[in-house]
Amino acid sequence: MTYLDHAATTPMLPEVIDAVSASMRASSTGVVGNPSSVHTSGRQARRVIEESRERLAAALDARPSEVIFTSGGTEADNLAVKGIYLARRAADPARRKLLVSSVEHHAVLDSADWLVEHENAELVLLPVDSAGVVRPEALAAAIADDPAAVALVSVMWANNEVGSIQPVSELAEIAHAHGISFHTDAVQAVGTLGVSFAASGVDAMTVTAHKIGGPYGVGALLLGRGVACLPVLHGGGQERDVRSGTLDTPGTVGFSLAAELAVGRRPELASRLTGLRNQLIEGVLDAVPDAVLNGHPVHRLPGNAHLSFPGCEGDSLLMLLDARGIECSTGSACSAGVAQPSHVLLAMGADEQRARGALRLSLGHNSTEADVRTVVEAIGPVVERARRAGAAASSAAGSGRSG
Amino acid sequence: MKVLAAMSGGVDSAVAAARAVAAGWDVTGVHLALSRQPATLRTGSRGCCSLEDSHDARRTADILGIPFYVWDFAERFAADVVEDFVSEYQAGRTPNPCLRCNEKIKFTALLDRALALGFDAVVTGHHARLTDGRLYRSVDQAKDQSYVLAVLRPDQLAHAVFPLGDWTKDQVRAEAARLGLAVATKPDSHDICFIADGDTQGFLANRLGERTGDIVDTDGAVLGSHPGTFGFTVGQRRGLNLSRPSATGEPRYVLAIRPATNTVVVGSAAELEVGLIRCGTPVWIAEPPTGALDCQVQLRAHGMVSQARVSSDGTGLRAVLAQPQRGVAAGQALVMYDGDRVLGSATILSTERDPVSAG
Repeated sequence: MTYLDHAATTPMLPEVIDAVSASMRASSTGVVGNPSSVHTSGRQARRVIEESRERLAAALDARPSEVIFTSGGTEADNLAVKGIYLARRAADPARRKLLVSSVEHHAVLDSADWLVEHENAELVLLPVDSAGVVRPEALAAAIADDPAAVALVSVMWANNEVGSIQPVSELAEIAHAHGISFHTDAVQAVGTLGVSFAASGVDAMTVTAHKIGGPYGVGALLLGRGVACLPVLHGGGQERDVRSGTLDTPGTVGFSLAAELAVGRRPELASRLTGLRNQLIEGVLDAVPDAVLNGHPVHRLPGNAHLSFPGCEGDSLLMLLDARGIECSTGSACSAGVAQPSHVLLAMGADEQRARGALRLSLGHNSTEADVRTVVEAIGPVVERARRAGAAASSAAGSGRSG
Repeated sequence: MKVLAAMSGGVDSAVAAARAVAAGWDVTGVHLALSRQPATLRTGSRGCCSLEDSHDARRTADILGIPFYVWDFAERFAADVVEDFVSEYQAGRTPNPCLRCNEKIKFTALLDRALALGFDAVVTGHHARLTDGRLYRSVDQAKDQSYVLAVLRPDQLAHAVFPLGDWTKDQVRAEAARLGLAVATKPDSHDICFIADGDTQGFLANRLGERTGDIVDTDGAVLGSHPGTFGFTVGQRRGLNLSRPSATGEPRYVLAIRPATNTVVVGSAAELEVGLIRCGTPVWIAEPPTGALDCQVQLRAHGMVSQARVSSDGTGLRAVLAQPQRGVAAGQALVMYDGDRVLGSATILSTERDPVSAG
């Protein structure tokens, strides 16, 4: 099996599996308590969570009090976009605008749409250049319309589809100059890019465990101490009263350990992945000369290769590669497996053909040169076959209809 | 053999895929996404377009242990089936969208793509028998779907597999239950899959806009009004809302739909009778006959089989019925049978009452 879909999820690290299992068992009382309970079992669980919080904070250069554990990236994005927006607007009703990049993950985009539909928010989608990057002048221009009307800006650290890295610190600085809050979704960045919450200057940052070798079902919003945020989940008042719900104690252990390991191994991993990725891109372009690399040629995630194959349907490519044991993705948003043309590629100005025939190959911690060779050997025949299917489809579509 | 099983999420296509697996073939399951905005859950008897149906198909594929993909054919479906459906009604004809879907989507768009991707055939859960390029009715006459497959050319049928033709629906459900497929008890679908609430007239009115016109008798006397000629079908009795009963008190039926004058003509059951049918270019599954052909013809999806003499008529066909038939609508297919065997089909263009006067 050649697994090249690490941007979707990456295998859990063996150390993490051990630590999570141990945490599910370990307790002097024989009970892994509810961390909100005051007795010994509860105190033990609470201690594990606080140690996880400290370890995660240290890995991401944040303060422990800035870590709000969530069920994952989607929840953290929802909390940041809805919670910060609503808090800012509650404090100043004039601030009813939301500026969001047009290449965000749907967890951000759909949260913003929800605010438009249900909270009368005004949404401005920030344009990107042909590499998928939000230019600082684009943000400045969008703010300049009416700086006092903007509540929140959300721009991801690195794009999950095409891998382009955004100038997050620069963008945050522009927002802050006008007193506007800034959120970034850094789910794809941790582990291969240097991510410092403190140095980035952002007010809130989404991170998640399963993209860095941790378990599913746990993530966090790093939320600056002075940043007001209304809760989305109401209840017991856990997590600074911003995110109620009993925490997954073993999950936080796995998340924090994965973050610590990923950050520690980052320099070596990033350079190894950059090398493999460049081999992969060159190999694919050699085999299929008219393929096109999407996203920024240099400022991109080390493990991301995103290519369009003109004349092919992404679906066909995916199936043919899957049949050869190569797992990757079309990189487009899926609902029940129905591929829609990627909003990211369309925002970058790609035509429909380029958007339809796109493939995301994403490398991760256990990727090897053999994986790259397998893809490079397979891609020529696969593209040729997918093209025949694409040609069959377009010639049939062009034929006349019978009455 | 490497086959692509089209899996709607219903019990028939599930068991068809299962039989393909049991035959030892290399089977890949595909669910066709035909709606741009699919509903989350299935409602009533529509059985192919919701996300729940896609989920049901996926669960079947899981249990059969075959790869499964969802392919987006929504644009092709909208252009080739839904638009065709609307424009046919607009022109006063009565389309059969299931037939059109088989012709244009399953055995053109899907089949072409399957062949190009290296598959040998497309497997579907249609109730019909196909052996050596010969198409026959299902052994389950009540569930027989040969009528909506008769539009397929031999080169399309050469790459089609219908594994259910020698089984009854009860046998299909029993097999699904034996295999532990949750769809074993899923209700049959029979409404038009792309009309969410089953209100065809409302769907057409929404697409074409209401345009009030007269309902007249064969002498031109105005008996009532209609919101648009679309949505009426020749032979229809209900929903006419006529202000006056007929002189004899007999029920009245739609005899003709005339979009050009925006009128619907009604008359008695006797006036509905048709003796001659003119059709467009035929598709022959069997060898095309050299002269006139005596055969049985079926004139709509369910029922109405009659003996006829079919002969060529320019590029089309003309069929003289041995016994007059009622409610024969332009736009439907005339399918020719020799007993259970499908010989070919052609689209009905027009009908005439008296074969003799028509020459």
